Amino acid sequence: MAAFLPGPSVCKDRRVHDTPDIADRHDAVCVIGAGASGLAAIKNLREHSFAVDCYERETSVGGAWNWRHDRSPMYAGTHLISSRPLTEFPDFPMPDTWPDYPHHSQLLSYLERYAAHFGLGEHIWFGTEVVAVTPVGDGRWDVTTRSTGGGASRVQRYAAVVVANGHNWSPKTPPYDGLVTFRGQMIHASAYKDPAQLRGRKVLVIGGGNTGCDIAVEAAQQATTVWHSTRRGYWYAPKYVFGRPVDQVNDLMLKWRLPLRLRQWLVQKTVRLTVGDVTRYGLPVPDHRPFESHPVVNSQLVYYLGHGRITPVPDIARFDGASVELADGRVIEPDLVISATGYLPRFEFLAPELLDTDDNGRPDLHLHAFARRHPTLAVIGLLQGDAGLFPLAHWQSVAVARWLRLRLTDPIKAAAVQQRESSRPLRSWSRRQMVPSTRHWFEVSHTSYLRVLDDLLKHLEPA
Amino acid sequence: MKSDLLRFDDWTSPVPPVSREVLTALPATDEGLPPVLFVPGLGHGAWAFAEHWLAHTASRGFPAHAMSLRDKGDLRSYAHDVVQVAASLPRQVVLVGHGAGALVVARALGRYPARAAVLVAPVLDGWTSLGAALRTNPFGTLPALFGGRLRLSRRQLFSADLPAAEAREYLLRLGQAGARAHVELVRHAPPPRPVGSPPTLVVGSPDDRVVPRSSLDRTARRYGAAPLLFPGMGHDLMLDAKWVEPIDAIMDWLSKEITA
Repeated sequence: MAAFLPGPSVCKDRRVHDTPDIADRHDAVCVIGAGASGLAAIKNLREHSFAVDCYERETSVGGAWNWRHDRSPMYAGTHLISSRPLTEFPDFPMPDTWPDYPHHSQLLSYLERYAAHFGLGEHIWFGTEVVAVTPVGDGRWDVTTRSTGGGASRVQRYAAVVVANGHNWSPKTPPYDGLVTFRGQMIHASAYKDPAQLRGRKVLVIGGGNTGCDIAVEAAQQATTVWHSTRRGYWYAPKYVFGRPVDQVNDLMLKWRLPLRLRQWLVQKTVRLTVGDVTRYGLPVPDHRPFESHPVVNSQLVYYLGHGRITPVPDIARFDGASVELADGRVIEPDLVISATGYLPRFEFLAPELLDTDDNGRPDLHLHAFARRHPTLAVIGLLQGDAGLFPLAHWQSVAVARWLRLRLTDPIKAAAVQQRESSRPLRSWSRRQMVPSTRHWFEVSHTSYLRVLDDLLKHLEPA
Repeated sequence: MKSDLLRFDDWTSPVPPVSREVLTALPATDEGLPPVLFVPGLGHGAWAFAEHWLAHTASRGFPAHAMSLRDKGDLRSYAHDVVQVAASLPRQVVLVGHGAGALVVARALGRYPARAAVLVAPVLDGWTSLGAALRTNPFGTLPALFGGRLRLSRRQLFSADLPAAEAREYLLRLGQAGARAHVELVRHAPPPRPVGSPPTLVVGSPDDRVVPRSSLDRTARRYGAAPLLFPGMGHDLMLDAKWVEPIDAIMDWLSKEITA
């Protein structure tokens, strides 16, 4: 496995930049993005006594959760998929009077209060886009920023860069055959905002993820006809089992450290007893075991299938004029197609090799966070977990802050940690046995991942 | 050792919500100073701070809040309540815990990065405090060891300087914590390391009959300083006759830490 951090060769190339238009920010750290992950990064870096400049291209905090932002994927009916205790920041809980699955507007107010509570706003430059991040050679970075309103760009030099630009804003749509000939309306789920868009229409929803299922359910309540196209069968978990949020029940199994096979058996039994046999509604049998694909949590999908409001259909073969041909040869005529086919991460301001990004656009980072060859470059929140992202982003940013601090205070110990990390087995933190899909690039089990971070944090303690 | 990252208790059985009593005194003008949240010990409530300290803190420019602990709670739910109230305030909070409330604050500090923390007459060494209580007030203390009532005496809480009528009135207002909390006061895991390393001050009296001097020193050492002492005062520094001296010293320390 590649080392998590660079050999000394990377550090030799110390060039002297004395161009006056590069403002040297010395030991300050640059954070890119002021969504949940970026805010956690600012707060934890500040707590480790770093000066921080955060750049945010929108004019307010919240990232994906801020429905006012152009790139926000929120739709009016978005609620949490993971329950509140598994989603809140570990050191700033959501009000315990909030529901188990809060609405996205509550999440935004939570992030706004988090930013205000810890005084993060004064470190954020809003309406400022990062256009380039280039290594200077001695572990430091030149960050080129530009106002989103236009104008001249500006270069500043930082000791480290923490990327928190999110991975749910650049839509991924498969290149369907004949899509250009399609006469109906085709939108990506990111453009779906309000159930009024569905009212009285014949809607085809593509994608069996949480968004696809949510939209299929909203369509069942609004549209005249709803088809839901999925490539395979999934394990649809209800939001509640045994009267508790399903992720809290799942964590009981993880707390007792039940082996994976036993957990898979228990889930199969529970789903069979509560949801029942979904093939009765025409859904395919899952082609994988539970926990081998990102969890889909939706209590209402099966309900509407049972009421005949949603017709399950297989994958799309091709679009042709007014009609859509399905993989089983059936032909349907939707007038609105919503493709809930996910998002891809994008780091346009970074040269691909800095994150060891492959030709498919998949970065290869240690713990999905640390650039393997650049010790002062990290990405926060590039994870898909079986629980909420905020706790993972929080502990990632604590690890990054402690790592950057240790590099300054005890370089010898930092080198030892680097050595140790380079031999950490991939399977200890990354979910390997998953259905192959871009959606599972960053899949982790929150407990395994946090155990590894916990171990790393202990080694990053100052002596 | 239990991991701080894997919080299975909170993930699988979250603390149930309750309505929480919070009393507030705001300064005449908001100078942007951090809010101060007072946490009472067992038997006491927000009222114990509302008598003197709350208004005095506000007069020094700090938004002041005092909360009561839930009925029939345990240490975990008390700490949960403190973090909930702290997170509901607009700015990073200074936590001030008194007596067993200091133990609750010490627990909360592992869960919430406070701006600063003050432990007043902190009951962090349960066994030492139990010994002191048995010496001073055996008949009020013994029943609590077996799930009964804890009856605190005037001698334990106040100095002789406090007029008898006032002392009697305060004693009448004392409530009862649950049996579980009494046991946990004596037997509990050592407090966690505070997150965000807040500056921490330990305040007490060498004449406190609940928290002996040796225990004050030990607690202060744990938080890396010597205790600030107010001789001649009883355990309830916020109610005793000379209540103004400790709160002024706390505010002086706080002002210095905030500007540092």
